[in-house]
Amino acid sequence: MMTRLRRVLVVPLTAALIMFATGASAEYPEKPISYVIPFGPGGESDITARHQQPFFKKKFAEDMIISYKPGGGGAVGWAQLNEMPGDGYNIMGVNLPHIIVKPLQKDVGFKTDELTLIYMFHYTPDAVVVKADSPFKTLQDMIDYAKQNPGKMTFSGSGKGTANHLAQVTFDKLAGVKTTYVAFKGTGASVTALLGKQVMGQWGYTSVGAKHADKVRLLAVAMEQRHPRFPDVPTFKELGFDIVSGAYRGIAVPNSTPEDIREKLSAMIGEINADAEFKKKMEADGFALVHVDYRGIKAFMDEKKDGYVAAAKEAGVIK
Amino acid sequence: MDSLGYLFAALTPYHVALALGGVVAGTVVGSLPGLTATMAVAVLIPVTFSMEPASALILMGAIYTGAIYGGAYAAILLNTPGTPSAIATTFDGYPMAKRGDGDLAITLACIASVCGGLVGALFLLSLAPPLANVALAFGPVEYFWLAMLGLTLISALSQGNLLKGLIGASFGLLLSCIGVAEISADVRLTFGSQTLLGGIEVVSALIGLYCVPVLIDLVATPDRHLKVEAASRGFRLHEALQSSWQGKVNLARSSVIGTLVGILPGAGGSIAGLVAYAEARRSSKKPERFGCGEPDGVQATESANNATVGGGFIPTLVLGIPGTPPDAVILGALLIQGVRTGPNLFTEHGSIVYVFIWGLLIATLLMLPAGMLIGRYAYRSIVTVPKAMLVPTVAFMTLIGTYAIRNSISDVVIMIVLGVLGWILGRFGFSVSPVVLGLILGSIAEQGFVQGWIIGAAAENLWGEFFGRPIALGIVAFILLSLFSPLLLNRLRLKRELASAD
Repeated sequence: MMTRLRRVLVVPLTAALIMFATGASAEYPEKPISYVIPFGPGGESDITARHQQPFFKKKFAEDMIISYKPGGGGAVGWAQLNEMPGDGYNIMGVNLPHIIVKPLQKDVGFKTDELTLIYMFHYTPDAVVVKADSPFKTLQDMIDYAKQNPGKMTFSGSGKGTANHLAQVTFDKLAGVKTTYVAFKGTGASVTALLGKQVMGQWGYTSVGAKHADKVRLLAVAMEQRHPRFPDVPTFKELGFDIVSGAYRGIAVPNSTPEDIREKLSAMIGEINADAEFKKKMEADGFALVHVDYRGIKAFMDEKKDGYVAAAKEAGVIK
Repeated sequence: MDSLGYLFAALTPYHVALALGGVVAGTVVGSLPGLTATMAVAVLIPVTFSMEPASALILMGAIYTGAIYGGAYAAILLNTPGTPSAIATTFDGYPMAKRGDGDLAITLACIASVCGGLVGALFLLSLAPPLANVALAFGPVEYFWLAMLGLTLISALSQGNLLKGLIGASFGLLLSCIGVAEISADVRLTFGSQTLLGGIEVVSALIGLYCVPVLIDLVATPDRHLKVEAASRGFRLHEALQSSWQGKVNLARSSVIGTLVGILPGAGGSIAGLVAYAEARRSSKKPERFGCGEPDGVQATESANNATVGGGFIPTLVLGIPGTPPDAVILGALLIQGVRTGPNLFTEHGSIVYVFIWGLLIATLLMLPAGMLIGRYAYRSIVTVPKAMLVPTVAFMTLIGTYAIRNSISDVVIMIVLGVLGWILGRFGFSVSPVVLGLILGSIAEQGFVQGWIIGAAAENLWGEFFGRPIALGIVAFILLSLFSPLLLNRLRLKRELASAD
């Protein structure tokens, strides 16, 4: 009798609950989503978000409205993320290694673990870039020069404590060379310095090779496998240096965002990532997709943290 | 398609409508302090997804050029640069408005902006690929010296008291160090405060330092905001054209300076305006009138800052390196459309580039009638609105504008604090312009110096890095000239007077 009663009551109740829950989230998103980029317009964080924008609209029939909150190398935006309403309509771009290294340098208003990441959708692999007319034809040429002239080999790169800088430090250690790293304000300025021959090489990204294809040469890329856009450029791993790194970009939500919305958003971003057209466009610009969803994000972050913290200590960026 | 064909493609009703709409919208956006050209262009990006690349570029270019001109309104009528490009417009524009010549100043600014815009766009049309190399020739050291050249303006802006000007500029340099340092990533001078972490945002500092003191004075004094003549005098176009014709050398020189500075990725409209202003003052026969409402000052700045539009597009389209911040946004929009920038763009995709450049020229010409009409309306409303309405409206706009720059309450707090500080400093005879100069040039000088030093040290040739490069030496020569030419001229004049007295 009891079991019967329970069955009678519970089954429809659960069914109703499930219907209610799915009914509510089936509506989501029912209005445009605000996507905050904690950097200025025109940078890579902006451009990759702009790549997502039309696909979001096409797949989910709502707009993704991109705005900017630059300052403190992203810190100003991330420090305010958790104060934003957690209704699923506020999302923010996050970048590695920034969100790992910055909070360890000083109190910047947020801690890495306070950010609720829901997806990592791509990375821009680090690469050693030289001008097309540079005497360095291979990575080995560059290493030979650096060995004979300690400190004389100059590299431009974007900022300090960044993917570029940490890759340079790691590489110097692995290759047993001493090179000089000159930090510039962003990748644009660092490329300009390379093209203007202010420096001899650049710790840049594969995207630099895509954008300035006729003017630069990539000597090596920091990927597991060669980039489809550059089939002739070896990876560091092939050449015997264990470096797989770059600037990872993903999306975070305020920590008050409910679990089911986090899951749903994560699946939505994953759906865009799975689109062949999106993949083609991103790869043509030199980016490489990664697919780290909400469930896998913790393991991914734990793994990355160790590597970045070690490199940042080596670089003297953190103590 | 030959160049005439491109011109006709740009003259279709659709493209002309985009150009006119863009210029009008840009002028309005630019006139509101805090709403910058970069923002206006960024908001438009989703709209341009569905357009042809050339049409999208025309619309964005028109908005951009309109916004740079619109920045002059607030500079002239409220002593507040609507965009950073209009900083130097306040130096003479506001004194002109104070004495009742605001209408003339706005018409002058319009003519100068159109001249500058045309010169910049013509350089883009004819000489873009070779000129793009200027962007590459400028290394860290050259930027350092360029910032130093800008700092020589201190003496001009300190209104007779050089010591106070130097103190103000040093204060500005200190302000520029606050926050996370751009290249070393050090956190500096924040005193543990979250508010200061993002540093002093230049636009919000401009609004605070220039606009708030004007507002306080408006409330504190019974006089009218600007002196008005009883009879309406129309556009004063004839007078303005005459003055522009007399200042044609100044207009041409400033437009060329604007184009060249626009090509430099590390500088922008504000630097172009300041450098052109400094040069106009140095080569003027009446340098003592600069800062007291000299029309040449307004013309120099306004022609130079609009010339940066065409100039900035040169490295953007040829090298894929944005010349100015709005160019960075436009470049991003082009990337997403699948347009690859580079020298081939000019040879193989003429239907995009040349149609766009003609469109930009058309938009610049349309700015003459559109800008004068909007300017007249802006002038009339600022002059006739009663103070009880004007002050709260402007105060409200400064708050919204400051917040809008990067959606940050911290910036609003900083704006108000700097504003009150600016007012107090003014009471003690300090001018705010040297502070602003220090704030803007500080980070450029610092980055250039640090990078130059690291590169020079790596090559074990520090001396050669700073004093051995031809462009750097050229700028150093200009610095010496602008520092010592007033002294030498004075001495010569004294000698001559003594001689004639004998």
